[in-house]
Amino acid sequence: MPGHLLGLRNWKMEHIQEVMERSFFLSRYRERKLDYLRGKLVAALFFEPSTRTKFSFEVAARWLSADFYDFPVEMSSVVKGESLLDTILTLKSMGLNALILRHPQSGTLEWLQNKVDITLINAGDGSHEHPTQALLDIFTIQKYFDRLKGLKIAMVGDIKHSRVVRSSIKGLKEMGAEVYLVGPPTLLPYCFQETGAKVGSSLEEVIKEADVVYLLRLQRERQQAGLLPSLEEYSYLYGLNIERLLLLKEGAMVMHPGPLNIGVEITQEALDKLHTSPPSGITVSIQRQVENGIIVRAALLDFLLKGDG
Amino acid sequence: MGKRILLKGAILVDPSQEINDYRDLLIADGKIIDIAPSLEIYEDDVEVIDLEEKVIIPGMVDLHVHLREPGERARETIEDGLTAAIAGGITSVCCMPNTLPAVDNYMMVEYIKGKAHQANLGHLYTVGALTKGRAGQEMTDYASLIDAGAVAFSDDGNYVDNGLLMWNIFKYLVPFRKLVVSHCEDSSLVGKGVAHDGYYASVMGLKEIPRVAETVAVARDTLLAQATGGNLHIAHVSCAGTVEWIRWAKENGIKITAEVTPHHLLLTEECLEGFNTMAKMRPPLRSESDRQALLEGIRTGVIDIIATDHAPHKWEDKDCLFEEAAFGVSSLDYAVSLLLTELVHPGIISLDELVNIYSCKPAALMGLPAGTLCKGAVADIAVLDLHAVDTIDSNKFYSRGRNTPFDGRHIKGKPVMTFVEGELKMKDGKVFK
Repeated sequence: MPGHLLGLRNWKMEHIQEVMERSFFLSRYRERKLDYLRGKLVAALFFEPSTRTKFSFEVAARWLSADFYDFPVEMSSVVKGESLLDTILTLKSMGLNALILRHPQSGTLEWLQNKVDITLINAGDGSHEHPTQALLDIFTIQKYFDRLKGLKIAMVGDIKHSRVVRSSIKGLKEMGAEVYLVGPPTLLPYCFQETGAKVGSSLEEVIKEADVVYLLRLQRERQQAGLLPSLEEYSYLYGLNIERLLLLKEGAMVMHPGPLNIGVEITQEALDKLHTSPPSGITVSIQRQVENGIIVRAALLDFLLKGDG
Repeated sequence: MGKRILLKGAILVDPSQEINDYRDLLIADGKIIDIAPSLEIYEDDVEVIDLEEKVIIPGMVDLHVHLREPGERARETIEDGLTAAIAGGITSVCCMPNTLPAVDNYMMVEYIKGKAHQANLGHLYTVGALTKGRAGQEMTDYASLIDAGAVAFSDDGNYVDNGLLMWNIFKYLVPFRKLVVSHCEDSSLVGKGVAHDGYYASVMGLKEIPRVAETVAVARDTLLAQATGGNLHIAHVSCAGTVEWIRWAKENGIKITAEVTPHHLLLTEECLEGFNTMAKMRPPLRSESDRQALLEGIRTGVIDIIATDHAPHKWEDKDCLFEEAAFGVSSLDYAVSLLLTELVHPGIISLDELVNIYSCKPAALMGLPAGTLCKGAVADIAVLDLHAVDTIDSNKFYSRGRNTPFDGRHIKGKPVMTFVEGELKMKDGKVFK
């Protein structure tokens, strides 16, 4: 039994492959409603604002005929572990099968896993992991290139605070891709080298080689926290602009987990060009990532809940 | 003269007298009154205790413990902390002033002394707060604290960020000849950090505490001590850079001393795996190369002593989300056993060295009547069985704090008797009050 999805770093490789296979299978039936999860109750408990991820899970769950409940959270209240556990135990007693949880503290699900006997799915915990985003990114890349082995994936920007990067590295490496991490040194912990990723701070060098350029969202607080001089300078050094777009190799794909900060991670001109007249074979996958998110999350729910009476 | 006790047949390991050989000890009125390779005294008022195959050492002296009283009795009490110490072969401890309220006036020292007196176990010495309320703003009344019994000063848990104040404190305290025990972590560099700035904090997404947070703070205090002639003792060194800095300072004639904890000597950041809150402490567990540098530090004497930083917590302070969890390790119950197992048995340091850095030198550093079993000394004694095997079981701790990353570890070698002023206070794990 796969049990939970706490993160990809300690998830079995077979599980990742299984979710990929199911995603490809389910993607053929996107037009009709499936009844694989009829009678299952899935709840989302989000302690951070989210529109995309939560909605994506909801659509995925309903597609497979599960009941979906969005548990309202008082965002203003401080969410200590204790009250979190109480809430989850209450949900459990209402017959919940799986809980999709987002929480601002790293390791939240690791702590919960031995305290509640329901399937836990991590929808983002602190700066730790966001495994369903990584799974859908892997699926998107795999689907577009028809392979992962040998691909060069450059993840650009705020590596330090990115839970997407932490989830992606392991999955991408194990599927045979090479991962490059690029960003300002204050946002790029050197220890990521030990994960097998290549770490650097020059975007130009990396994007010439990359098959996928993955732009990470930059939070405005980083500048206030003294990690960056300004968003303008960030954009100047690490933003995707027209000149850099022209450096991309043929057939490369630009990805972003959304929502975009236009003028920071990417300039308006570069975005317009990607959408209207991209350079040879360059594609942008932001919309595709949203659609794939539903498929992969459905595959995941099906995988985690199928054997659950 | 009261009843006499003759400890017979054991090996005495006492670096203060450079003895590692068979010695019989005769105790009366709480003191060692005779010591010889063999004492044959057959008189009615002499109780002979046969200690063949055992080792006698001066009771251990732990300069850095938190006993939480007053204010946090759910975490520890003075009585329970001292019981744990006695069970663990530790006969003298110095308690840190970060209680609620802080030990920043003589009445607090009197209160703690009273509690220790009631407990009637090992010796308890109080470290007074360096600044009022440990707030890093104003000096405490050092003379009255000393008159009440404070043996040193510290704001442990906090670094005194204000360099000018620290400069003045060092200067002011010179005539008092008391150590300033500094918790060296620059608060701006620590920030909201919870773990070492290494691989594990990186991949687990935990806010980091870099090594340099410590080394920068050590550097400032070392230079202030040099400039003022102050008596600086650096608490719980955690990283290679700090060891290197202390080595440099000592080579350049700056009079400083330093301590290291058992957990920093034996564990690394790897223990964080799975968001293990038991591995959360300040300073944090660091990398293997740091650990090796700390071991080298105690072998070469750059680091002077071992002290546990015993930091007991309630279970729920650790059974929670990592960021919310308390910092610290409960250590007194098992520290000696653990050090025998992990340092002495593998030959990393000798038993003589362990006794030296966890009894003789700490006592000398703080000026305590302990750390030696020479004729006339106070009969504070630990009897060790170096071959006894056991398992660290936090459920059996005398300390209220069951928080330890060493739970379940097998140990070889442990204290089997503890004497305080010649009185048997512990035998085979049972403590007599």
